[in-house]
Amino acid sequence: MAAPTTGGRVSTPLRWRVARLVERRVETPTAQTLVLEVPGWPGHLAGQHVDVRLTAPDGYQAARSYSLAGLAEGDRIALTVQRVPDGEVSPYLIDVYAEGDPVEVRGPVGGWFVWRTEETAPVLLVAGGSGVVPLMTMVRARREAGSRVPFRLIYSVRTPADVFYAEELRRRARDDQGLDVSYVYTREAPEGWRGEPHRVGLADVNTHGWPADLEPLCYVCGPTGFVETVADLLVGLGHQTRRVKTERFGPTG
Amino acid sequence: MSDPTRGWYDCRVGIVSPGFQGRPRSAELALPPGQYLTEDFPVLSAGPTPKVPLDTWEFVLSTEGGAEFRWSWNELMGLPLDTPTVDIHCVTRWSKLGTSWQGVSLDTLLEGIDTAARYALVHSYGGYTTNLPLDDLRGGRAWLAHTYDGGPLPAEHGGPARLLVPHLYFWKSAKWVRGIRLLVDDKPGFWETAGYHDYGDPWREQRYQGD
Repeated sequence: MAAPTTGGRVSTPLRWRVARLVERRVETPTAQTLVLEVPGWPGHLAGQHVDVRLTAPDGYQAARSYSLAGLAEGDRIALTVQRVPDGEVSPYLIDVYAEGDPVEVRGPVGGWFVWRTEETAPVLLVAGGSGVVPLMTMVRARREAGSRVPFRLIYSVRTPADVFYAEELRRRARDDQGLDVSYVYTREAPEGWRGEPHRVGLADVNTHGWPADLEPLCYVCGPTGFVETVADLLVGLGHQTRRVKTERFGPTG
Repeated sequence: MSDPTRGWYDCRVGIVSPGFQGRPRSAELALPPGQYLTEDFPVLSAGPTPKVPLDTWEFVLSTEGGAEFRWSWNELMGLPLDTPTVDIHCVTRWSKLGTSWQGVSLDTLLEGIDTAARYALVHSYGGYTTNLPLDDLRGGRAWLAHTYDGGPLPAEHGGPARLLVPHLYFWKSAKWVRGIRLLVDDKPGFWETAGYHDYGDPWREQRYQGD
């Protein structure tokens, strides 16, 4: 991975680069991972995001921010896009955007909600819905770097069918030593699940997180209400506010 | 690549994404470049939401010479009230038009304070900071806002009180504001040290360092 350009103060402008679709993976009925080829991509840190810009034939443009799903592989980056009903950009990316087509991207962006592979503190990741994307990048980066930092991921979804990266998560929970993955189902739990569907609460964070006195780094990403709830629970359990990093997903059409 | 002829470069508009039409154009006229309209009020912050009780809340203005001016919540409530209705623009690209606020103008708070400072570093309960030129806090363009849409400002949107500087990207409108230090030299704040622009004018699309 090349040296990322954010995280410090940089004065060179981030420029728009042309990106072309090389691969598309279906994650759920409403979300897909798009692999883009971006010549000259400078590399990025786990947790950073990218701006994507579309231009219509009359020059009209629309842009949105998306979390990067996984570290770069050479000039290839991946985004996981959740379709927003009535959205302007996400329905295009999912339904219209075809292999070889260009969009423009600018990044990487964001120097706060990042996990660096040289960190040594235990990590708690708490994901709500599509908020799992930057957290999954951290899980992947940990493995790629051969880090032995213990990771715990709590992933809240509506139903089992809404899990992004389901197969990979099953595999990593088995093979990545020091990674624990637990799920919270809010609407419908899988067959044989113990307990009722519920929203994430104190018992989930207490049971599947880390005790505050281990001073873990906590990353919470999801819709606003989810992030508010989890961040408040963590502070209530004694975690230092400075070690609780949050990223909130509003609707991004 | 399945078909290298798909997508093209048009020298008037740049890279065109085939099949992209976008929303009807008229709705976007009042927006700065690269922004889209939202009816919601998305929340963006870097950490947990601080809960600040009103009986211990205070706002402190300090000058470059070390003088401090303090207001308790009750004292703030006793100051002349402004009711700005303004458009707000977040660097994450949403804009919300015609938001209605109540608060105290920074002109009122800065009145009579003797300073030669040119910069301001705003700091918040919870540790957030942001910087801007002092001039941008003057001239009826900045408020200490405590009421949104007719009700007390909710904590997740920055209550009890947040700075409101709507002519800059909304991260400059610090939530849970606690004080402002007036400085002779510019000192970058939280997002400004994490790759975002020092000034943040949405109409010039100053999102990131170097824009």
